[in-house]
Amino acid sequence: MESEEHIVTAFDDELEKLTTLISQMSGLAEAQFAAVMKAVESRNDELAEQVRDGDKEIDDLEDQIEALAVKTIALRQPMANDLRSIVASMKTAADIERIGDYAKNIAKRTIVLNQVPRLPVTRSVMRMGQSVAEMMKDVFDAYLQGDAEKAIEVWEADEDVDNHYTSLFRELLTYMMEDPRHISPCTHLLFIAKNIERMGDLCTNVAETLYYREKGVRLSQTRPKGNSANQMLVEPDA
Amino acid sequence: MAAVEQVVQSEPGTGRVKMRGDNVRVYYGEKQALFDVNLDIYEREVTALIGPSGCGKSTFLRCLNRMNDVVEICRVEGSITMDGQDIYAKDVDPVHLRAQVGMVFQKPNPFPKSIYDNVAYGPRIHGLVSSKSQLDDLVEESLRKASIWEEVKDRLDAPGTGLSGGQQQRLCIARAIAVKPEVILMDEPCSALDPIATAKIEDLIHELRENYTIVIVTHSMQQAARVSQKTAFFHLGNLVEVGDTEKIFTNPEDERTQGYITGRFG
Repeated sequence: MESEEHIVTAFDDELEKLTTLISQMSGLAEAQFAAVMKAVESRNDELAEQVRDGDKEIDDLEDQIEALAVKTIALRQPMANDLRSIVASMKTAADIERIGDYAKNIAKRTIVLNQVPRLPVTRSVMRMGQSVAEMMKDVFDAYLQGDAEKAIEVWEADEDVDNHYTSLFRELLTYMMEDPRHISPCTHLLFIAKNIERMGDLCTNVAETLYYREKGVRLSQTRPKGNSANQMLVEPDA
Repeated sequence: MAAVEQVVQSEPGTGRVKMRGDNVRVYYGEKQALFDVNLDIYEREVTALIGPSGCGKSTFLRCLNRMNDVVEICRVEGSITMDGQDIYAKDVDPVHLRAQVGMVFQKPNPFPKSIYDNVAYGPRIHGLVSSKSQLDDLVEESLRKASIWEEVKDRLDAPGTGLSGGQQQRLCIARAIAVKPEVILMDEPCSALDPIATAKIEDLIHELRENYTIVIVTHSMQQAARVSQKTAFFHLGNLVEVGDTEKIFTNPEDERTQGYITGRFG
């Protein structure tokens, strides 16, 4: 990212350490998400429990990043791209921490879902998960490479996820209306889908943060948004 | 969003250009120290000049009140205007100009006189007052504006050189203010001061901005960031970049500016 080194080399070491921590943290979050999607797919309680318990490591990394960022700001009084880079680390760490929380929440719901028969609509949730997993990979790669153009691609890709979520929302409600016994598993699936959709939003946050870090200006246009499930009403046929 | 920006932006000055440098070139003998500098100084704003040693920032500052006139080998080309008037024009009296464009130096340099006389000296020689009571009022007003009145009001007859470094510097600012300047130039005014005295000067600069246009040369980037609305970065005799201070310190355009303010060269 930086072409030249600082006169104070310890400053470079600290910035590098921040990047390393973000890299570790994002790798862990990706792994957690991949594992939990696999747990949903294979109805694997043990794997889900691993994910649930693994979130702590991500939280610890966030604490480390925050502490190092605060220390660096206090001791180095960073300016310009250094300042943007450190602030970006803190914001991104917070976003990754949320992604980890959502993965953990999905893990808990998976353990519940595994107690009832599988619904076919699960497959659609999996597909949505794949899209977001790709966004996640792309945005973290872009973050570490300082690739602002790729950030824009991720930012735009979220529209598809929004649309996917909205159609899932409709589908799940239809299932519930068909048979009240579906209500409990469908509600869990709906939350899982919502969590995945939120993860996509967090990826766009990271993209925005990364863009600002690289360019010094905000991605100003409003993000293209898909159809919203917020205002949808699905009623049973009379 | 609008609310956020209001908080972040300090209130602007009048938006009027007070002084303007147009293709300013300065030579010390054969050696060229400034290359075609074009810089506008806005009224009732603080403009900070930053850059590594020898970049020309102090040279430019000294052009603004013709302090370079006293340097034998120094030659200034291009034009510098104040309120549209060429300050290098033949009919401009440099002494009068330096009352309008006051200066505060790196090392506090009070006269070896009483506190009162340090401030009264300028108004006396410029004939700004016609009575002792007027002079008393002007001395008090100047000391008050320089935020030092409370500390010295009971010992106005004591020598100015007996004050602490920070107090001496504020006394020098009072001395500059006493002759009713429009612009105040400050050449690293805090470099000899401790952090508390520095904070007091910075606080004072903030207050002075309501009435004066201020140009400050500083080696402390944090200080430039704290006190100024505009920042100009000089390098090797060139004005590399000038802009809103917030912009310069968060997102400078030029790589040299970025390299300097982030500590990559200097």
